[in-house]
Amino acid sequence: MEAVVFVFSLLDCCALIFLSVYFIITLSDLECDYINARSCCSKLNKWVIPELIGHTIVTVLMLVSLHWFIFLLNLPVATWNIYRFIMVPSGNMGVFDPTEIHNRGQLKSHMKEAMIKLGFHLLCFFMYLYSMILALIND
Amino acid sequence: MSAPAGSPHPAASARIPPKFGGVAASGAAAPAGPGPAPHQQNGPAHSQMQVPSGYGLHHPNYIAPSGHFSQGPGKMTSLPLESQHDDYYSGLYAVPTQNVVTPSTANQSGVQQMYGRGPPAPHVVGSTPGSFQGAASSASHLYTSASQPYSSFVNHYNSPAMYSANSSVASQGFPSTCGHYAMSTVSNAVYPSVSYPSLPADDPYGQIFTSQNAPTVRPVKDNSFPGQNTVISHPSPLPPPPSQQHQQQQSLSGYSTLSWSAPGLPPTQDSLVRNHTGSLAPTNNNPTNTVADSLSCAVMQNVQPRKSSPVVSTVLSGASSTMPPAAKHPGEPVAPVTQPSELLQHKGMQYGEYVNNQASSAPTPLSSTSDDEEEEEEDEEAGVDSSSTTSSASPMPNSYDALEGGSYPDVHSSSASSPAPDPAPEPDPVPAPAPVPAPAAPQPSKMAKPFGYGYPILQPGYQNATAPLNSGVHPSSQGYSGYQQYPQQYPGVNQLSSGLGGLSLQSSPQPESLRPINLTQERNVLPMTPVWAPVPNLNLELKKLNCSPDSFRCTLTNIPQTQALLNKAKLPLGLLLHPFRDLTQLPVITSNTIVRCRSCRTYINPFVSFIDQRRWKCNLCYRVNDVPEEFMYNPLTRSYGEPHKRPEVQNSTVEFIASSDYMLRPPQPAVYLFVLDVSHNAVEAGYLTILCQSLLENLDKLPGDSRTRIGFMTFDSTIHFYNLQEGLSQPQMLIVSDIDDVFLPTPDSLLVNLYESKELIKDLLNALPNMFTNTRETHSALGPALQAAFKLMSPTGGRVSVFQTQLPSLGAGLLQSREDPNQRSSTKVVQHLGPATDFYKKLALDCSGQQTAVDLFLLSSQYSDLASLACMSKYSAGCIYYYPSFHHTHNPSQAEKLQKDLKRYLTRKIGFEAVMRIRCTKGLSMHTFHGNFFVRSTDLLSLANINPDAGFAVQLSIEESLTDTSLVCFQTALLYTSSKGERRIRVHTLCLPVVSSLADVYAGVDVQAAICLLANMAVDRSVSSSLSDARDALVNAVVDSLSAYGSTVSNLQHSALIAPGSLKLFPLYILALLKQKAFRTGTSTRLDDRVYAMCQIKSQPLVHLMKMIHPNLYRIDRLTDEGAIHVNDRVVPQPPLQKLSAEKLTREGAFLMDCGSVFYIWIGKGCNNNFIEDVLGYPNFASIPQKMTHLPELDTLSSERARSFITWLRDGRPQSPVLHVVKDESPAKTEFFQHLIEDRTEAAFSYYEFLLHVQQQICK
Repeated sequence: MEAVVFVFSLLDCCALIFLSVYFIITLSDLECDYINARSCCSKLNKWVIPELIGHTIVTVLMLVSLHWFIFLLNLPVATWNIYRFIMVPSGNMGVFDPTEIHNRGQLKSHMKEAMIKLGFHLLCFFMYLYSMILALIND
Repeated sequence: MSAPAGSPHPAASARIPPKFGGVAASGAAAPAGPGPAPHQQNGPAHSQMQVPSGYGLHHPNYIAPSGHFSQGPGKMTSLPLESQHDDYYSGLYAVPTQNVVTPSTANQSGVQQMYGRGPPAPHVVGSTPGSFQGAASSASHLYTSASQPYSSFVNHYNSPAMYSANSSVASQGFPSTCGHYAMSTVSNAVYPSVSYPSLPADDPYGQIFTSQNAPTVRPVKDNSFPGQNTVISHPSPLPPPPSQQHQQQQSLSGYSTLSWSAPGLPPTQDSLVRNHTGSLAPTNNNPTNTVADSLSCAVMQNVQPRKSSPVVSTVLSGASSTMPPAAKHPGEPVAPVTQPSELLQHKGMQYGEYVNNQASSAPTPLSSTSDDEEEEEEDEEAGVDSSSTTSSASPMPNSYDALEGGSYPDVHSSSASSPAPDPAPEPDPVPAPAPVPAPAAPQPSKMAKPFGYGYPILQPGYQNATAPLNSGVHPSSQGYSGYQQYPQQYPGVNQLSSGLGGLSLQSSPQPESLRPINLTQERNVLPMTPVWAPVPNLNLELKKLNCSPDSFRCTLTNIPQTQALLNKAKLPLGLLLHPFRDLTQLPVITSNTIVRCRSCRTYINPFVSFIDQRRWKCNLCYRVNDVPEEFMYNPLTRSYGEPHKRPEVQNSTVEFIASSDYMLRPPQPAVYLFVLDVSHNAVEAGYLTILCQSLLENLDKLPGDSRTRIGFMTFDSTIHFYNLQEGLSQPQMLIVSDIDDVFLPTPDSLLVNLYESKELIKDLLNALPNMFTNTRETHSALGPALQAAFKLMSPTGGRVSVFQTQLPSLGAGLLQSREDPNQRSSTKVVQHLGPATDFYKKLALDCSGQQTAVDLFLLSSQYSDLASLACMSKYSAGCIYYYPSFHHTHNPSQAEKLQKDLKRYLTRKIGFEAVMRIRCTKGLSMHTFHGNFFVRSTDLLSLANINPDAGFAVQLSIEESLTDTSLVCFQTALLYTSSKGERRIRVHTLCLPVVSSLADVYAGVDVQAAICLLANMAVDRSVSSSLSDARDALVNAVVDSLSAYGSTVSNLQHSALIAPGSLKLFPLYILALLKQKAFRTGTSTRLDDRVYAMCQIKSQPLVHLMKMIHPNLYRIDRLTDEGAIHVNDRVVPQPPLQKLSAEKLTREGAFLMDCGSVFYIWIGKGCNNNFIEDVLGYPNFASIPQKMTHLPELDTLSSERARSFITWLRDGRPQSPVLHVVKDESPAKTEFFQHLIEDRTEAAFSYYEFLLHVQQQICK
């Protein structure tokens, strides 16, 4: 059972890592003027909710399977994702707003955020991998 | 869409696969080229393509940029194209087709065609809507009959669109650039005569000007009369009289000026001084605008006849009236009388040569304008002769010339011998250190002083204000409020090439801008005259070349070397732009190759350096570029091998006629669409009559060419289109009631050629006001109407003018009332400053992608959620007009205002499908933009339309230390399509010095620019965070900067509130901002009013914004001719500014307050009956009516003075101000008193209290 949990988490984590990389690539494309703000934001906004769901599922799964440490590790990031999603002003077109993204260093902070998430997911990836192997051995 | 492949339709490009799209469109050049990103170095030609958002397709005729660009389809360059297309075009274009087709097949169309003419029609219409609206099914039956016409429409639609036809014509219109040189006729500036009637001393002056002007073959392009932006289409320019044709137009060195402190001047002298100085003033309400003003009928003609002559005749608009910018600087040294004469003669000779050159070039096949110019030149020559003789005999100490001709050796020598330095540092925040404190100036200086002359024997070159900070000691002559400072130095010593302005440090006394002022003790901070922009402390040569502050200002005219230094100064760093300002003179250049840096795509400008004949070094990225062969030829002198004499290198504001490299599609025609609210509410308000009347009057003056198109839509709960196809006997109304899925009832003939269908348009405009008089429809389907407008406009782009009178209540984009009237005066939280929905933002971005701007006129009596509606204009580069409680009869002043605004709106210049790119020297970076536009990539602003009243602001940060450079430059390039279908690029370049000491940073603060930038930032903060945060941030801006100054620079006693001279107005302006409608709390402010004020802060240019923030108050019951200026044969009195405090109001007086968009005349109870009778036309105070909005034209002296003063103030405003006469006892006086910002109100500090508060915060 435990192995199944971690196998799922591992896959989910892989997806999140890919997503983070995608965010970083798209944002840096925008930074270098390869794409315009409108298309960049519409591309990214599409993936905000999948990312949020993916991460929440893992977090909840860890809670349910009583892996407290991993749960507590994931909790702040999941909370941040949800908070960020809820706090989007009503007039904005999503977490990434093409009219705002070039202002007040938003692009940089989005970039920083994506980087941090990438690091975090990589960390999680190896933890899940380790836990999975451990669980498989124990089985 | 079934557009044939290869047709210039945007949709086509959307289909181009991304990688190859780049190749296909490689002919298209970016307006402003690629940003700073490194990839652009690889393939500049490709990166160019990213630009015009709207262009999906490059015309087959366009040629890819020739070989000198390294080519090869770069991946990165192709990407942007792809993304744009995906984003903007794909899908969008497909939509209309579907919409059109579906109705015809599915019978669901809600179209009814009415063949009624004029008034009878509305009755039918009025009866039908009900059936449409409610019963969709019955409606569909009803419309089946209408489906027949549809199919035909569809056919039309499928056939090549009218637009493509037009566009092909347009493309043909472009000059074939095959000749070695393209011919450019330049703006044909007409120089009015400068006549100073009744001024005894005027002769020498005028002559001096001409003589000075002569040598510098350098047109001054900027409108030197800020108060009067002469509209380009000035009807009747004065013919140039033989001599004195030059108004001095000095854009650069100007503001430092004049002796306001000497009130006792004889009027004539004063006016003379102003002749020299006034024109420089950046502020619009400049009382020093002068005689020259009256003469400023100079007309720039934008239309240039193009010829394919093999000779480049890049005649500059200003060529005939070449002005040495620095010449008339009041702060100039006064040279001995004999000396000028020599100079003059010398210059006269030079000038003669120049003229000869010009004359010889005349035979080239120039257009008729060249003849005119030739005449002017001859005239000037004559003027030079006379001036050179008379000026030598002139008793006036005039050494203007000494300043002007930096490159003439004699000038230097003579100037060096100038008698005495005038040390008097002026209160102006300009860091110009006067070299020697000479309280006892020799005789000439005394003479000169009233004229505002200084006698600096400064070495040229940059005075790196190493101001000794022994602040206790000031030159005795530091008049406080009187003098402006003189950043002038003698020219010449500095023979550096223009690109390398050297810094020559000099020990000098502390400049006025650094003089510490104890704010709590200084009661009269506000000068008597409008505040000028400080002049960057550059050497003379560069100062002369620098961009006019009216177009381009920086908050710090001395750029700190590092971000750390900037942080220490606690001042905002940013630019304020007014790029499309109406200019009276503008050099227009047509040339085959527009010379740009190969790496950063900077346009060549006066601040580049020529390494040798064939190479120039970019001043932004420092790359060394080759000078193209063509550039070696100077069309002005017809000489070869003088690239540094080219007009591009001699002017910091130029306009290029762009070749086809700069287009992705043929230039669009001018297209105007009017979307009008005709619900019951709108009909009640009665704006239709005014609008239709204005349109009828101005139909012929709408900017455009023979391709101009116009269309009309009206909406209530349904959307009405008007078929105005040529050949119809009357306008046809088409009603679409299906607002959930809007479609165009007919693909063409809704936007019709203005000239072909003029009769029908006039019919419609005459009929419209009466068509809906009986409507009982109260709903407003604004969202669907906008969607329809977008569909209608998307093939071409253009301007949509939306008139809305209430909250949209139907269909997409419907809004709820969010305002709680009880919270209007809340001091705590102000909510709902941001939009409620993203519908309008998305729509605006779609429009922006299709080069369509949406202008909003909101005429509403109740809350209409401007915060949401404004988005449609904000992001599509439109403009916003708001008329609270508009009613055509109940509120005549608003009606009048609408009428005047419309006149300006309809006739002002317009640029289509524009993009603006701002570049700055390596090391600086831009991070936040303010204004109405969409930021498409890091430094590229997409402007569907650009209008002359739009201002922008940019925040800057210093990313790398600027230690290895002494100058930084900023360049704005605005690529647009003129209303005549020409692609043009307007380039402004600003050059500023870099300083390393904190004192210098403070010395160079441009307080007005800083305030405007802070206001923009505060608006952002209020929307993204909260209003109280924004207010705190504003207060902190003062506290931080003053405490930073106190702790680092000033070593005076710390108990007092000390500010440098350059910042003395900072607290006052911040207080004014806090009491501005946008940011005030505690006073009842309607949400829409507040939001509108914020919109204005974001989009107004600096000059207008400053009026709004800090109104000007004048006493007008004792106007005299003392110090008056002459404008258009009228004498305009120049009363001194009063501070905005009730203590200045006396019951015996009458005061005029100029708030930018509104004027108040406050009449005191004890006001002299003579004044009331002579000016207002009533016998006494009691008989003045409560509502009075006009001054009667009485034939009395005081009436004439008052009226001419008010007219003069009004000139050149984007929104013509409405006058309110306010009696002391009338209820309207609160309106007036709320602008007295130095006074205490129940919710806000007085100025003194505010200072104490700031001081307290500093001490904490």
